[in-house]
Amino acid sequence: MSEFEPKIIIFLCNWCSYAGADLAGVSRYQYPTNARTVRVMCSTRVSPQIVLELLKDGADGVMVTGCHPGDCHYINGNYYTERRMEMAHRLLKLTGLESQRLRLDWVSASEGEKYAGVVTDFVKELKGLGPNPVHKDAKLASRLKAAVDASKNFRLKVLSSKEINLISKGNAYGEKINQQSVEGIMEQATEDEFKASLILQLTNKKSQSVKELAKELGEPTDRTIEHVVSLRSRNLLALDHIDGATPKYKAIVTGGA
Amino acid sequence: MSEDARVGVFVCHCGTNIGGCVDVPKVVEYAKTLPHVVFATSNLYTCAEDGLSSIRDSIKENNLNRVVVAACTPRTHAPLFQSTCEEAGLNKYLFTFVNIREQCSWVHMKEKDSATEKAKELIKMGVARVELLEPQEEVQIEVIPSAVVIGGGVAGMAAAISLADQGFPVRLVEREKELGGFVRNLGYIWQERREAVGALSSMIRRVKNHRNINLYLDSEVVAAEGFIGNYEIVIDTHGEQKKDKVGVIVVATGALEYIPEGLYGYEQYDNVITLTEFEILAKNKKLPKLSSLAFIQCVGSRGQDKSYCSRICCNVTLKNAMNLADNWKNMLGLEEAGKVVESIPVEKAIPAEIAERRRGRMGRRDREAGEKDEAEVAPTRLDIAVFNRDIMSYGIEHELTYNKTKEKKVRFIRYTPQNRPKVSHEGDKLVIDYWHDTMQMQMKMMVDMIVLATPLVAQPDAKEISRMLKVPLGQEGFFLEAHVKLRPVDFATDGIYVCGTCKGPADIPEAVAQGMAAASRAAIPLARGYVQPESLVAFVDSDVCSGCGTCIEICPYNAIRKNAEGVAEITVAACKGCGNCGASCPKNAIIMNHYTDNQILAEARAALQAVNG
Ligand SMILES: Cc1cc2nc3c(=O)[nH]c(=O)nc-3n(C[C@H](O)[C@H](O)[C@H](O)COP(=O)(O)OP(=O)(O)OC[C@H]3O[C@@H](n4cnc5c(N)ncnc54)[C@H](O)[C@@H]3O)c2cc1C
Ligand code: FES
Repeated sequence: MSEFEPKIIIFLCNWCSYAGADLAGVSRYQYPTNARTVRVMCSTRVSPQIVLELLKDGADGVMVTGCHPGDCHYINGNYYTERRMEMAHRLLKLTGLESQRLRLDWVSASEGEKYAGVVTDFVKELKGLGPNPVHKDAKLASRLKAAVDASKNFRLKVLSSKEINLISKGNAYGEKINQQSVEGIMEQATEDEFKASLILQLTNKKSQSVKELAKELGEPTDRTIEHVVSLRSRNLLALDHIDGATPKYKAIVTGGA
Repeated sequence: MSEDARVGVFVCHCGTNIGGCVDVPKVVEYAKTLPHVVFATSNLYTCAEDGLSSIRDSIKENNLNRVVVAACTPRTHAPLFQSTCEEAGLNKYLFTFVNIREQCSWVHMKEKDSATEKAKELIKMGVARVELLEPQEEVQIEVIPSAVVIGGGVAGMAAAISLADQGFPVRLVEREKELGGFVRNLGYIWQERREAVGALSSMIRRVKNHRNINLYLDSEVVAAEGFIGNYEIVIDTHGEQKKDKVGVIVVATGALEYIPEGLYGYEQYDNVITLTEFEILAKNKKLPKLSSLAFIQCVGSRGQDKSYCSRICCNVTLKNAMNLADNWKNMLGLEEAGKVVESIPVEKAIPAEIAERRRGRMGRRDREAGEKDEAEVAPTRLDIAVFNRDIMSYGIEHELTYNKTKEKKVRFIRYTPQNRPKVSHEGDKLVIDYWHDTMQMQMKMMVDMIVLATPLVAQPDAKEISRMLKVPLGQEGFFLEAHVKLRPVDFATDGIYVCGTCKGPADIPEAVAQGMAAASRAAIPLARGYVQPESLVAFVDSDVCSGCGTCIEICPYNAIRKNAEGVAEITVAACKGCGNCGASCPKNAIIMNHYTDNQILAEARAALQAVNG
């Protein structure tokens, strides 16, 4: 059998990184053939949901590239890209899939050599990691699905887009929040929303008890109870039946999406 | 997708550039097997007339409604192929470019097999994308051919005259009762060695007499709504409000001098004044009689309070030191009808107009102009010293002035921020205690007057203009241009421009040049008469939008606002199509045309399917 060749999706912003990749070609910098590129106008277009979907669908690696900070064609789009990819990384860590499979890098229009280097390096790293096991690991698949769902979550989206402004401009009351506490808030929110999504995943087909859920989530039952209570109050989870003395919960599936 | 996609794929050999590495015939055969592909061919050069006509012909012959070209890079060749599609009656947005040269054959020259595989997959991705594309309309929006300029200093006047000369009606709105701005304070301006008012008067006359300029003195712009080409503004003149419509806005609101509260005895000793106060006194021939004075540079700037260097103050001090050295008897009013007064009465008091000006500043305690003392000494010369951290006499002319000033025996004494001079008083004199670096000792200098060179600072109400026009302020409260180097007089928001000291310290020639630059930028949409917004813009599904405002907050172009129904609405003319709002929308209510989630995911997933099966 031939050597494992990772399948990589690379997003390139039109103004810097795509031009940088073109320059690599014009200068004939050689790099491995694994990259499949998708051009977007600005890196800011690439949401956590998109990159997580692709990892869920079996991409061995996903890389988002954009202009260097300060050089975005759309002024500050790439600052948001950076925040959002941080959130995607946080979610990825919670799934158990190696977070190195998602990369963010800045490539300017004059950095053809850098682009070739970045691709080469990513391919090397992914060869070390081996294939994305999602299609062979049902547990991982459902955790990645939960990460995708969480990335679409209202609260996380608001936080990951507005958070940058919370640090620099302050909130509506004029209070500025420091970098550290913003990160703390994000960390906690990401974990909560991921676990909530995972509970909905796990209870989607089959009802589960708090104890069973806690085991899947790898956390103490009292934390799981908090998630269950919160999901029930949001009308996303319902008591299905009582098995002996144990209540079993099931996700409420709305609409045919 | 409304109709069934009928895709045509054109693969370019590019001579041997692609064909020498990628097996083009194999790629074409593969393309034919892809879903919805009804036609695939190769061209030696797709961009040559042969290739282009093969696209046009097969659109007609095969009834194609989607086209994929696999060739070089869209950055250079997309417009050509898009217009070819249009010539054959196909909307140019139903086209996708696949790059198999710069990003394939040229970078995998030694791996022909896997380069061919990659080319196949890239085309597969392109086909997956093109199927989902929708036709897009290009619209034109009419521009109201008039401008408003806010601020009637030299920058604003230069902008107004330049726009008016080009034939566009201009409203020039100045909140003071007179035109001229900060320059009205100045005695001489260095460029001309003549009185500032004289240099200004011709400019003011032109503004007042120009038939295309409507002058609003004692007025402010209190509201502005709209977008490039179509702004609705309200001009308030003393409580009387007038609505107006303009196409573009130029901001030229200038700057103020920093007040060195508590520094170097300012407000404690009457004869410690700012450089601006010195200019006013010199202009009004109200300088007290003195035999010595010292300037202190960088007061309140470069880290003492403000972080920046105000860049003009060294030159202003040099100008005044030079003038004093050459011309002190006249400036101090000692020459009366050609007769030199031999004995100078030393005055210690600041004149009434400075006291008045200081009283006028908010929150300042009242003070009385002091009494005059009789002269005790009769100096026959004027000693001038300049305490500085380093003299930044940038440019051609100023360095020469610096050298000349030194010839005139003006003393330049350096200090460091760790060891600033200290001001106190002894008898009638002010005392400067300072560290003499060459002599390595603490020294004392007695002077009659101390002039503090303080930086230009942002107008305190710049915040209100920033909020009204939704344009940003930088760290120090000055307006922030779209790009320091490449777009120095544009705001990021189209249709609003900025010039003069409201965007940072500048001298008159620079402020005027910026005013003219802003006018020529502003004239572009006015002259063209219409704006053609980006056709790939975002779109809000108002049924889904919850009105959370996330997109409004992050849009770099202020292109989104809440409409009467409380949901987000995109101003098409202002949107640039970056897609930031689409990625942020917590309800997924924003669709970024031509780069929708579906289109992006379909393109990327096509690459993954190949690996899975
Ligand atoms: C002490 C000193 C000496 C100087 N000497 C020289 C010199 O010798 N040579 C030289 O080239 N430069 C000199 N300068 C610099 C010169 O003053 C500036 O370059 C010039 O004033 C900049 O012009 P401006 O039009 O940008 O701003 P300004 O002159 O400040 O004009 C801004 C105008 O906008 C008006 N305005 C503000 N806000 C509003 C509003 N909200 N609505 C309506 N109107 C508003 C103000 O009333 C003002 O009239 C000196 C500066 C200082 C401080
Ligand atoms: S355009 Fe390159 S990152 Fe925004």
